[in-house]
Amino acid sequence: MGKSITIHINDKPYKVDPGQTIMQAADKLGFHIPRLCYHPKLSIEGACRVCIVEVEGMKNYVASCSYPVNDGMKIRTNTPELRRARRDIVELILDNHPLDCHICDRNGNCELQRLSYSMGIKARHFEGERKNYDEDLSSQAVVRNPNKCILCGRCVRICSEIQHVHNLSQAYRGFRTVVMPAYNMPFSESVCTTCGQCINVCPTAAFVEKSYTQELFERLNDPGLVKVVQFAPSVRAAIGEAFGLEPGHNMEGQLVAALRKLGFDYIFDTQFAADLTIMEEASEFLERIQNKGKLPMITSCSSAWMKCMEQFYPDLIDNVSTCKSPMSMNGAMIKSYFAEKIQVDPKKILSVAVMCCTAKKYEADRPELMFDGLRGVDIVVTTRETAWMIKSAGIDFLNIEPEKTDAPLGLSSGAGAIFGTTGGVMEAAIRTAYELYTGETLVDIELENIRGLQGIKEAAIQMDGQELRVAVAHGLGNACGLLDLVRMDPGRYQFVEIMGCPGGCIGGGGQPYAGANSIPLDEEVLQKRAKALYDLDRGKTIRRSHDNPDIQKLYREFLQRPLSATSHKYLHTHYQAKLPRGIIPDRAIY
Amino acid sequence: MSEITQEKMDQIKAYIDRVKQQPYPTSYLIAVLHYVQGLFGYVPREVMDFVAQEMNLPTAHIWGVATFYHYFNLKPIGKHVISVCMGTACYVKGAHDVLEAIKRELQIQVGQTSEDRLFTLQEARCLGACGIAPVIMIDGKIHGELTAKSVVELIHRYRKAARGKTA
Ligand code: SF4
Ligand code: SF4
Ligand code: SF4
Ligand code: FES
Ligand code: FES
Repeated sequence: MGKSITIHINDKPYKVDPGQTIMQAADKLGFHIPRLCYHPKLSIEGACRVCIVEVEGMKNYVASCSYPVNDGMKIRTNTPELRRARRDIVELILDNHPLDCHICDRNGNCELQRLSYSMGIKARHFEGERKNYDEDLSSQAVVRNPNKCILCGRCVRICSEIQHVHNLSQAYRGFRTVVMPAYNMPFSESVCTTCGQCINVCPTAAFVEKSYTQELFERLNDPGLVKVVQFAPSVRAAIGEAFGLEPGHNMEGQLVAALRKLGFDYIFDTQFAADLTIMEEASEFLERIQNKGKLPMITSCSSAWMKCMEQFYPDLIDNVSTCKSPMSMNGAMIKSYFAEKIQVDPKKILSVAVMCCTAKKYEADRPELMFDGLRGVDIVVTTRETAWMIKSAGIDFLNIEPEKTDAPLGLSSGAGAIFGTTGGVMEAAIRTAYELYTGETLVDIELENIRGLQGIKEAAIQMDGQELRVAVAHGLGNACGLLDLVRMDPGRYQFVEIMGCPGGCIGGGGQPYAGANSIPLDEEVLQKRAKALYDLDRGKTIRRSHDNPDIQKLYREFLQRPLSATSHKYLHTHYQAKLPRGIIPDRAIY
Repeated sequence: MSEITQEKMDQIKAYIDRVKQQPYPTSYLIAVLHYVQGLFGYVPREVMDFVAQEMNLPTAHIWGVATFYHYFNLKPIGKHVISVCMGTACYVKGAHDVLEAIKRELQIQVGQTSEDRLFTLQEARCLGACGIAPVIMIDGKIHGELTAKSVVELIHRYRKAARGKTA
């Protein structure tokens, strides 16, 4: 970084580093310039012009998100003329917008609402033409409503630049511009991986999850059903945010209590099934090593990754672990082992999963996962939907007395908890694989090399004189980068962990929306959620999956041993190449 | 013209292979689509898929480009392409009535192709023949000083000619 320069903001001088934009410099100095299309993780689009500022000597206002600071620059961020110009820009956006906030999914949680409020817009001066497109309800997970789209382009950029799925583009032009997949295909037929990251970054309700809350409320009232629910590790680490808490609070006990109040009969923990996944996955890995099977083995628990792999990397299908995800393993155990225990016909069980993820809605629907003609999971609701249900049912979430999960699918080790964050599956698997392989207990169980938010992480572990090389990637874009390495040099690693969302499940497409003081996918927020899970791990006496007594019992009573015929029937799956085939460009083209 | 044949696909592949020798191959996307339209009269979806694979470009990106430019037809076009000038001179002299008459006669909107696949209707900006406004262009041939009535007669003539040939 060069010598610092002086800029003036609103008539006061400040020393700042050169080589940054006006917005970046202003942010650090505590001036929050309004913005819409800008996102720090994405390329600069410069489309909305909400971020304009006045620069002395310039004829026109400049877009601060893309304009660099210069020595001696005199910037004004809040003059009356500028405020008016900015307000006009937002009014023009609202002009074509269906102003039906009170019946909108984002009501009370909408960036456009907040922006309009902070602009002080009190009346509608322009009455523009409205858009009138059909909603795309074809996908199991993602709903696209172009009528609410303000063409900021954030979804297009996250899908291309962060996820490398390139499902979206802005098609047509002018007023007729619409964000859509190629050929205006229904989402269900597109390469969309259902990761939900477009939902996370969209400032409006133009992308939302397919909601199942009404159906769930209905079925919770059906006296003929045994209602069973499980919840993912990352849900407890984030749901507090939907109730106004700072990120990083573990709300496990409150969540269990709230789910009981909602009417569930049994509350199980997906973390238990994460331990189960580790038993199967670590055994599968060792079997591949011993029998010279296909390596590197690639993890399979991320649903968006499953679809991504089948479309973009069909050549790697044999490398992917056949283990179902923890959610689907738990679903299978609920409708077999547990159903037997309580002597209920599995068809009379309503199996619900509360997930940080939108792609789990897609996963639950995959025919490949069925057993005995049954789906393991009947309904998936996201963290966001669950928070809404709790509020809507009038449950005082923050003051509720914490409760515990139920047996026999509720107890988990620390390894199960860290499943929710990037590197966690690998760390958990190594804790168990090491012991299965060497017969000794791994002492140093916290693998710092594969923790944290770096895109691709590597580590080498010594196992009985053998070096085990592992790699971890989170976000499908990083995954593509790592898998391209694997394609080029298959011997480079023996074990690879992929999670489809930035940060892993903690950054899933179903997590609470960014509030007024944060931005979607903020790294600090992700780190705090991850910390909640690592703390949970550290606080447990049982930190290795194979030490979980309820897991041992499950094998004793039902599954016999990892990779047994019963395990294969309920806990393993298969994949197949899918169309349309996705295309990963050689280099960034946007 | 519009059928997709192996021969045409081979030609496209050869064209793309040449483009790939250039410094920034992906910047030739518009040229490639242009070439495709030259072969088929429009840009078929199957061919966009093919171009995506061959050029290693996401299909959504190709779709974005193809829809952005009015120039590209995304559906098969008719035997005759009618472009109605909506430039200022023509507009003042009644281009709107001419356009409405054509729409009524062919039962289609701008951008569409008639049921019998004979006509595709487009709008154009000034065709450089303001002196004889309002004008339309059919397959590159200018017809001027039209009225709602005379343009229908003109269409009838094209229809008759087409029928004569097929009969
Ligand atoms: S997207 Fe936001 S501004 Fe638009 S209707 Fe919904 S809540 Fe209102
Ligand atoms: S859900 Fe994910 S893959 Fe699908 S369009 Fe959105 S960002 Fe792209
Ligand atoms: S769908 Fe949402 S994120 Fe995408 S361009 Fe529209 S408003 Fe922006
Ligand atoms: S935020 Fe700067 S132009 Fe949109
Ligand atoms: S305006 Fe129609 S030819 Fe010039």
